[in-house]
Amino acid sequence: MKLNLKIWRQGGKYKGEFVNYPNLEVNPDMSFLEMLDVLNEELVSKREEPVAFEHDCREGICGTCSLVIDGQAHGPMKGTTTCQVHMRHYHEGETIVIEPFRAQSFPVIKDLVVDRSAFDRIIQSGGYVSVNTGQAQDANAIPIEKEQASHSFDAAACIGCGACVAACPNSSAMLFTSAKVSHLALLPQGLVEHQKRVLAMVAQMDKEGFGKCSNVTACEAECPKEISVENIARMNREYMGAVFASDKKMV
Amino acid sequence: MATAIDSKIPAGNITEKWESYKGHVPLVAPNNKRRIDVIIVGSGLAGASAAASLGELGYNVKCFTFHDSPRRAHSIAAQGGINAAKNYRNDGDSVYRLFYDTIKGGDFRAREANVHRLAEVSGDIIDQCVAQGVPFAREYGGLLDNRSFGGTQVSRTFYARGQTGQQLLIGAYQALSRQVALGTVKLYNRHEMLDTVVVDGKCRGIIVRNLLTGELERHAAHAVVLCTGGYGNVFYLSTNAMMCNTTATWRAHRRGAFFGNPCYTQIHPTCIPVSGEYQSKLTLMSESLRNDGRCWVPKKAEDRLKDPRQIPEEDRDYYLERRYPAFGNLVPRDIASRAAKVACDEGLGVGKSGLAVYLDFADAIKRKGKAAVELAYGNLFDMYAKITGENPYETPMRIYPAVHYTMGGLWVDYDLMTSVPGLYACGEANFSDHGANRLGASALMQGLADGYFVLPYTIGSYLSKEIRTGAISTNTPEFEQVEKEVRERINQLMNLGGSQSVESFHRRLGKIMWDKCGMARNAEGLKQAIQEIQALKAEFWKDAFVPGSANDFNPELEKAWRVADFIELGELMCRDALHRNESCGGHFREEYQTDKGEAERDDVNFQYVAAWEWGGNGEPVLHKEPLVYEEIEVVQRSYE
Repeated sequence: MKLNLKIWRQGGKYKGEFVNYPNLEVNPDMSFLEMLDVLNEELVSKREEPVAFEHDCREGICGTCSLVIDGQAHGPMKGTTTCQVHMRHYHEGETIVIEPFRAQSFPVIKDLVVDRSAFDRIIQSGGYVSVNTGQAQDANAIPIEKEQASHSFDAAACIGCGACVAACPNSSAMLFTSAKVSHLALLPQGLVEHQKRVLAMVAQMDKEGFGKCSNVTACEAECPKEISVENIARMNREYMGAVFASDKKMV
Repeated sequence: MATAIDSKIPAGNITEKWESYKGHVPLVAPNNKRRIDVIIVGSGLAGASAAASLGELGYNVKCFTFHDSPRRAHSIAAQGGINAAKNYRNDGDSVYRLFYDTIKGGDFRAREANVHRLAEVSGDIIDQCVAQGVPFAREYGGLLDNRSFGGTQVSRTFYARGQTGQQLLIGAYQALSRQVALGTVKLYNRHEMLDTVVVDGKCRGIIVRNLLTGELERHAAHAVVLCTGGYGNVFYLSTNAMMCNTTATWRAHRRGAFFGNPCYTQIHPTCIPVSGEYQSKLTLMSESLRNDGRCWVPKKAEDRLKDPRQIPEEDRDYYLERRYPAFGNLVPRDIASRAAKVACDEGLGVGKSGLAVYLDFADAIKRKGKAAVELAYGNLFDMYAKITGENPYETPMRIYPAVHYTMGGLWVDYDLMTSVPGLYACGEANFSDHGANRLGASALMQGLADGYFVLPYTIGSYLSKEIRTGAISTNTPEFEQVEKEVRERINQLMNLGGSQSVESFHRRLGKIMWDKCGMARNAEGLKQAIQEIQALKAEFWKDAFVPGSANDFNPELEKAWRVADFIELGELMCRDALHRNESCGGHFREEYQTDKGEAERDDVNFQYVAAWEWGGNGEPVLHKEPLVYEEIEVVQRSYE
């Protein structure tokens, strides 16, 4: 089938503009990124610079791929990363608009590639358990209720892609940050540092320039791992607890 | 001329070697660690765990990754699990049994002392990961759950849904992030290592390219550790992520590091089949599925394209259960892959291409209920449905083997040091502990064992002699020279000005490798492959085209450098496969098989590690490390 692409190009000779690529021959079994591969091979054969986009595992787990497709982060399907979108969901003659994730804290590097290193800095500010190699006790010395571990896992499944920020009208990173806060706060291993952690991570999130949360919940709707906004509620509670009822004051 | 090399295996009984080593290895005092710089290249399980652990010890660590974030490393995609000899099941597991299974699974081509050490530290890894907050699967009593994997008769695999690699990597990434915040590790993302610098016979640093600006940078250290993964993408189509490459290991090889057993590649039996020419990568369906899925093909060729649900039981051949009753669908990967190939070669392969077999869950759904199957494999079933548009709860999956892992890699001694002093290799990047075939759930174990529990000890042996060296300058003729060579090669690539895309060369290389150095190999095909690859290399350097600029973010240039290295490695793999006149594990030479079509080893002539030295423009030089089995009796591997 033939499709028309309208792609955001930025850097080099492009100042930041949409460029049309009409009549691309596409096989319905291709993935979305394989379609971009075909476009790029065509551009290279015409001695033109290919469209820069990020990708790696192409099976929905590394979080490298991004793209806003027809206005939606990671495209039209629920719980799916861009690399898992297949062209059989599109029809002959359709026009697809492709843009980078847009947020002040994710500056565009080139075309569809943005800098998401702010997420690394949020984790560095406190998204871990302080345990050195070799300090651990036997793994079964800490029983954890199955359901509790499962809740924690649901939050830990975040792939750090940034779709939540791209989907949010305020470019808020609350879903990403709260997923890490929840993952660790729901486990006994993470409890020791839970207050320090939430304060540090929220402070870093604000410092990076991400917006505030106004309960739009677009983040949950467009999250390819369907991370729940419950995590945001939990982070708010953790944060309030740390600010107003610090464990330290009770000693 | 082949010469023997020293693997520095400690003396003593197999169960005492590592304990005794740890008790006697020289240490670096805390005040001296601060004066020692270590470079880690790569941030996957091996790299992140090594960088975090060395940072915790107090060394000055620099960690490099070409990704935008350390969390993107391909370890993230490992699905099924991680082995450990915890014996939480009380099912007869032990350190010795894990050791034995791994040696046997590797078809008696792995080094005993390393594998025993791996089994010894396996339990510590689980403890460490749980303490970091890795949410492994649990039972209702709150304790850890296990599952079975191929090649074993115990349940020793710990798992985190179908995302074990992701959760383990995030654990290591968080430990690394903590050290970054503490200032012991400096992180360089979007930086790719393009060469190593050797000064007076010791590795003293690396040249990296800043992928955003194109700038070349020099970084010096007292030791360099490559944790840069495997080279499965030499086949173009593999389950590896798109950016996985051999550049770091290949460049180190060209600077003197021997390459061990390059022809040992693992073809994973359960992947989603190729659907067309445009295909960019293959997707793995975890081996854990073979716990409940049954592999079969129709008995009659005319049933190939029939709806599989309409084919009655008596017309189905459950070929693994028939050929290997003791292990059934849980035979090791090399055996399961070859059996699928045999079925398809006989004309019984299913689907349009004829290159697929069924993996059927109908019995499991009947026995356990759909909900239980969904709980165990839900994310894998969803992944399958997204890619193929078919529902595996209703119709059997179609699967076919695909390149997944490379057991070969840089040759290392017991200390994980390559043949270049001061240059180490960990994880999949080294020729590793898996012999000629890796068992499922052992890659995560080895990557983390190397990074958390082995390297932090063994590197001290070398660094304890470096405490008087002082800071290493990058302002030397050696750094100057290597940087110049890197710059020249980049310019050469940018100025090729030919007519063919780099991608098209990669695709052609992959086809040569898959057809002639893939699941089955023979001497004639390998000789042809060597010639074809040499011709491809000449054509590449004449007619490839790299768009854009070298002083900018340019993924096409990155790809061109990597593909050029893959072409050279491909030739070495074929040479290694050609010289090894036997079949073992993942290396199956058609000339050497038993009456039943199983791999036939030649222990008299080939019980050694082939460690290849770069031969410049001439032929590579073969060095042999004999494999001495003091503990285990070497036998014909049988899973019948």
